[in-house]
Amino acid sequence: MSDPRTLLVEALRKPASIPTMPLATLDTLVRQARRTNLLAKLAYRLDDQGLLDKVPAQPRAHFIAAQIYADKHRRDVHFEIRCLERALAAFPKVVLLKGAAYAAADLLAARGRVFSDIDIMVPKARIEEAEISLRNHGWTAGAVNDYDQRYYRTWMHQIPPLSHFRRETVIDVHHTIVPETARTPVGADTLFDAAIKLPNSPNMHVLAPADMVLHSAVHLFDGGEFDIGPRDLSDMHDLFTHFGAQTGFWDALWRRAQKTGLTRSLFLAVHFTRGLLGTEMPSSLLAELEGYRRAHPALAILMPLMARGVQPPHRSAEGGMTGLARWLLYVRGHYQRMPLRLLVPHLVRKAIMARLPEPAEEKA
Amino acid sequence: MPTRAEFASWLAGAGAFIRTGPFIIHARTPIAHAIEGITTLYDGYPVTPAEPFADFHVALAASGGLRRFVRRQVDFEFDGEKPYRPLPLDQALPMFEWGLNAVIGGTAHQFLIVHAAVVARDGFAAILPAQSGSGKSTLCAALVNRGWRLLSDELTLFSVETGAIHPLARPMNLKNESIEVIRNFVPGAVLSRPTHDTVKGTVALLKAPAESVARAQETARPAWIVSPLWQRGALCELTPKSRADTMIELGQNAFNYSVHGRRGFHLLADAVERCACFDLRYSVLDEAVTAFAALEIPAAARAA
Repeated sequence: MSDPRTLLVEALRKPASIPTMPLATLDTLVRQARRTNLLAKLAYRLDDQGLLDKVPAQPRAHFIAAQIYADKHRRDVHFEIRCLERALAAFPKVVLLKGAAYAAADLLAARGRVFSDIDIMVPKARIEEAEISLRNHGWTAGAVNDYDQRYYRTWMHQIPPLSHFRRETVIDVHHTIVPETARTPVGADTLFDAAIKLPNSPNMHVLAPADMVLHSAVHLFDGGEFDIGPRDLSDMHDLFTHFGAQTGFWDALWRRAQKTGLTRSLFLAVHFTRGLLGTEMPSSLLAELEGYRRAHPALAILMPLMARGVQPPHRSAEGGMTGLARWLLYVRGHYQRMPLRLLVPHLVRKAIMARLPEPAEEKA
Repeated sequence: MPTRAEFASWLAGAGAFIRTGPFIIHARTPIAHAIEGITTLYDGYPVTPAEPFADFHVALAASGGLRRFVRRQVDFEFDGEKPYRPLPLDQALPMFEWGLNAVIGGTAHQFLIVHAAVVARDGFAAILPAQSGSGKSTLCAALVNRGWRLLSDELTLFSVETGAIHPLARPMNLKNESIEVIRNFVPGAVLSRPTHDTVKGTVALLKAPAESVARAQETARPAWIVSPLWQRGALCELTPKSRADTMIELGQNAFNYSVHGRRGFHLLADAVERCACFDLRYSVLDEAVTAFAALEIPAAARAA
């Protein structure tokens, strides 16, 4: 029986191993994959290699169900992007981020990827105008209390999520890819300048390949929310594999990481995708990152924590220290995003609110 | 077949694996009245203390948080997650059933799932789509004790591949007055202890007939779609219904119609095409049962 801590990455690395796994191992795999939102991704990997029919019937039903759902999700995302395109027709450059971008650009990373929110980026100077346009097209801000309003608008790089009154789809409107208060702020202008227009849309764009990878990396490693760690690593693996075949990608990636100050995120992305998923990297980049590692001895503390963090958040894969590691990473994620004078009151407040009984019945 | 004591000890320990139709449910709970309810209702099902694979790993647990000092509550856990709001502790058993319905409805997209009761005779299925409060569970409970086989009182599972309907043969949910009605209608009915003050009022669960449980791997072909409506004092009246209206009603009552897109449309349209479609108004169960007994198998259903 394989080690449950490495089961999911092994399955991603080598889908051909799935059909011959013992049923008990498949039980664990389906549970871990469901929890990390990777069930449909595995289903497509199997299907693409003609292996889905070879999986025993019981687990196969779960892969097929996830695949059917992911197909629906893809249809919905494309529909939603067309709605956004119309709602934001006055904006010449709207940048789709993360899952929506992978879907719109038809990247391998989008295959079987299911997500809840559509993330977009518009220039900060026009963010209120974007919000008004979206409201006029049916997206409304949910019940957000004053504290959360202030949290988003003052400190974060996005406004509170908007949700469509009928379809209930959720849009996160950003003006850059890391919070205003972050230790390594990223200039939005350089991202907009490099963004690439989608061929079938008048105004929808996606980030340039290097920026897309760096965004995924900073989101996972500085975001503090590791629940979807395996999913994000799988995204990065797919992005590295896809863009890595394009000439000049790797050089551009390293230069971009230095320019935006996201070298540590890139280092961690390369370290973990390569280590866990066997992603191929050119030796030139590895040499640069080795130099980075030697210059930053503190990574020796961070990396074991991160290694725990990217485990599937399922009890089959968790050791005694996993909870502590996740908590430390959660705090660290916040620390990366805001200075201590903001962070401490924020976390204290969140901790207290989470322990209070829910209000009797919230108004819808 | 395990004894009830064995079944109970598995539930309280590492979990019991209960087979219901296409699914194996791995269920655990330390809550005594939930154990009593589950072992009453699922006694006689294929139950084992271990299986290599389970479709759903679920548990009922007394919930934590400050609220536990005010009022005891129960959480439905789906593989360690708590997807639903907790309920008062004495509603653990109904929550087990509702939680399972929600988990199946939300994940088992290898089926097109319609919120409808479904019963079968000679391999042909009658689908009873209806809003809650229309008496569909009551009618379903009556029919399966008068010659029809229970597939489900709540979830009609159409295989996306074959269009056949797969049974679940799980307990039936009875509410308020219908609990007494069925007690009188079905001598020797096995019912759980009623749970009061749920969102649906007083709820009791009726054990599925043994034969329906034993035949829970036998699929059925759709032959009739009958939308029931219980009305006080109404004469029993079975009126033909247009296929278009029936199709819309099925779509509106489906859990995951939109998930299946074009294929879902064709699947339902094909089923409606082969079925005889009716509205049924009734007030007396015996009359409704007689109307059902008189249903003839449509030629199109046979040809499928």
